[in-house]
Amino acid sequence: MTLWIFQRLLQAALVALAMAALLFLALQLIGSPVETLLPAEATHEERLRLIRDLGLDQPLHIQFLMFLKGMVQGNLGVSYVFKEPAVALILSRLPATLELALFAVLLSLIIGLPLGLIAGRRPHSLTAQTIMTGSILGFSLPIFWVGILLIMIFSVWLGWLPSSGRGQTVMVLGVGWSFLTWDGLRHLILPAFSLSLFNISMVTRLTESGVREAMSSEYVKFARAKGLAPRRILTVHVLKNVMIPVVTVVGLDIGTTIAFSVVTETIFAWPGMGKIIIDSIAALDRPVIVAYLMLVVLMFVLINLVVDILYRLLDPRIRLQGE
Amino acid sequence: MRSAFSAFFRFLRVYARSPLAVIGLIGTVLVLLAAIFAPVLSPQNPYDLLQLDILESRLPPGEQAYAGFTFLLGSDGQGRDMVSAILYGLRISLIVGIGSAALAFVLGTLFGLTAAYIGGRVETFMMRLVDLQMSVPTILSALLILALLGKSIGNVVLAIVIVEWATYARTARGTALSQMRRDYVEAAKALRMGHANMILRQLLPNCISPLIVLLTMQIARAITLEATLSFLGLGVPITEPSLGLLISNGYELMLSGTYWVSLFPGIALLVTIFSINLVGDRMRQILDPKAAQR
Repeated sequence: MTLWIFQRLLQAALVALAMAALLFLALQLIGSPVETLLPAEATHEERLRLIRDLGLDQPLHIQFLMFLKGMVQGNLGVSYVFKEPAVALILSRLPATLELALFAVLLSLIIGLPLGLIAGRRPHSLTAQTIMTGSILGFSLPIFWVGILLIMIFSVWLGWLPSSGRGQTVMVLGVGWSFLTWDGLRHLILPAFSLSLFNISMVTRLTESGVREAMSSEYVKFARAKGLAPRRILTVHVLKNVMIPVVTVVGLDIGTTIAFSVVTETIFAWPGMGKIIIDSIAALDRPVIVAYLMLVVLMFVLINLVVDILYRLLDPRIRLQGE
Repeated sequence: MRSAFSAFFRFLRVYARSPLAVIGLIGTVLVLLAAIFAPVLSPQNPYDLLQLDILESRLPPGEQAYAGFTFLLGSDGQGRDMVSAILYGLRISLIVGIGSAALAFVLGTLFGLTAAYIGGRVETFMMRLVDLQMSVPTILSALLILALLGKSIGNVVLAIVIVEWATYARTARGTALSQMRRDYVEAAKALRMGHANMILRQLLPNCISPLIVLLTMQIARAITLEATLSFLGLGVPITEPSLGLLISNGYELMLSGTYWVSLFPGIALLVTIFSINLVGDRMRQILDPKAAQR
């Protein structure tokens, strides 16, 4: 097991390294940042000094090593637009994005699990068919379109919920959080729901197929024979077994959810790092783009690693197969 | 040939047992026809500036146009008929969606089948590449590629192909692995069949059904991705607006009450994606009952 974890760690590090290399190559394709950084009337000497300062006079492999060194030290340069260190800038926006993404994941479990249980219990009933069709509709709706509809209905027509910003925040551990105040929660609901709709559909479908499979299993038959109430069989015995794959998939999906919050944040003007990346791409603000991409890739790799390890620890059958 | 026909009809009969799937199929066919015959169906050419009249801008649905037709779905900020704009936009969305999904299908499938056929270290290396591609969220790779290459229909297709090929490769390789030990593969090997023949004429036909299901679903995903990228301002250029770009253009107007400029393209997009997904879901039930949910 220890050996396996070690191998898995090594693999994760290799993926991160490969991504860094790809990103470095992509940056070479964009071309030199010198033109964007220099004022139009710069002299030849100023140009040469800037090229030397940025290390662009070095051969490519040295530049790559410098790039990696900067990454390890958390120093990816200063944003051209905000004039702040890029990593610090992205990290300062991270909590808002994490709050949004985690809330969305939570919503998908709160809504998706019960829907899946209901649909899986009697797969041929009208309710089940409606839920399953609804789930197809759920992942047919593009995130940005859901966001627009929600704003139109709840903000413009009904005027119930705000359409932009985070609202009032509370400082905990030096970071502002929205979900702790009523006003912040009201701001959080619409973006989180639009972000979670895809996941809600996925959790519903996974739970449904899990429940269908479990209902014909020996342990459910036994529980029935013992005279347990159907509700108890479903919410205790079946749910426990269905939870494992659902939680795995949802866990693995946190990375994707964070990535897709780019879209939600743009629509709802949510001040997270997704909003910054879109502005930075438009302005070709290289350090910020690099910092954001590397951070998301690292989180993605890390989440995959943790889920993989937890999965092996929790399910002895997989552990035996692996060794 | 006759047996192929009867197999097809048998498939249709099984397919038609789900009324919803039939609705999806009809929806898909109608959407395709609407896109193909867009120039015939549209009351005006929405991108011929001579036919637009700025005085007719932002008219609500049902108003009469000076040129004689009715603005069934209203007009946008430049006096463009929304029905025409949607029909032409649908064309762009479908060309990008189907084109990129089909290209990714061909490349990914060949890659996956070849990996399974060669086996050994080459296979491991090839599949590591697939893992690498899949370790970055699709939307991010696509955003980065478009930021590097700039906006154009070709670049959007390229970006979607780059982010989607790996899914096909993984499925193709997984299916092909289970086929490699079958007798017919052994027989073909014994006959000293060429490598290309083995992959294209033996493996491919036997691995095709889960891949077709995947293709259907991925067309819907490609259309969604294109719409999302266009909405973010990194997709198709303004001169060739897809449904996503139409929604984006109408977004500002919507907040001031001119809802139709954004709402109707959105409904068209939803109907398109939903219909394709209904078809895909039904095909998955029939062809690939044990496939994973995603």
